Amino acid sequence: MSRDKKTPGIGRREMLLASAALLAFSKVGGLSSPAQATPADVAEAVKKLAGNAAVKPGKVTLDLPEIAENGATVPLKVSVESPMSDKDHVKAIHIFAEGNPRPTVLSVKIGPRAGKAEFSIRIRLAQSQNVQAVAVMNDGQAFGAKKEVKVTAGGC
Amino acid sequence: MSAAQVRVPAQAKKGEVIEIKTRVTHDMETGLRKDEKGKAIPRLMLKSFVCKYNGTPVFEADFDTSVSANPMMTFFTVATESGKLEFTWTDDNGVQIKEEAAISVS
Repeated sequence: MSRDKKTPGIGRREMLLASAALLAFSKVGGLSSPAQATPADVAEAVKKLAGNAAVKPGKVTLDLPEIAENGATVPLKVSVESPMSDKDHVKAIHIFAEGNPRPTVLSVKIGPRAGKAEFSIRIRLAQSQNVQAVAVMNDGQAFGAKKEVKVTAGGC
Repeated sequence: MSAAQVRVPAQAKKGEVIEIKTRVTHDMETGLRKDEKGKAIPRLMLKSFVCKYNGTPVFEADFDTSVSANPMMTFFTVATESGKLEFTWTDDNGVQIKEEAAISVS
């Protein structure tokens, strides 16, 4: 059984190696900076985490500095308009960075016990880019906001 | 000395929304960096965080590599009853950092 399962595993490993090599080539001259996520990767991550709901604008406020001097620690604050009642509340908030090696920054799970749909954290940004916040409501609706941050010194 | 510090109001009114601040000392090594010899530094991140209020999770987070070293977080919860808030961070190897705080609700 396990041997049968291993056979396609080799193919997959080769694929991974090949794609890693491709990525390495595409980064020639790019110093040692790691591979970056693309807006398409972010769109896919959003789709996965927002449960296929269309992300509508509004309700979400994303606070980030316009210019971040140190990309290693960029303060982020996100708040979502919601009564946070049993019947109407924010279930999850996801943060995405389009220009980082991995598109998902963090996912937060809250509920009516939070009282207020808001949190702050410090994040890393590899370069100037768009940061996105997506809030998923208990009824499945998703709302989002996007903000551009200019990064002086990357921090990944 | 614990690697984590938390700030929770010692007292609150029932139903009040209280602010909680947390900070934990951790390198949050992404696995993407290389040392001077060009060898990749292995990944060691805090993977998740949970805050429990008398045993009930009120705030949970899953971190990815873009969370800064020594993560600081601020979030909120409703003061429902007197008791204990427990904070747990778990890293890639399952090692946990724990802290707790007491609250008196009137």
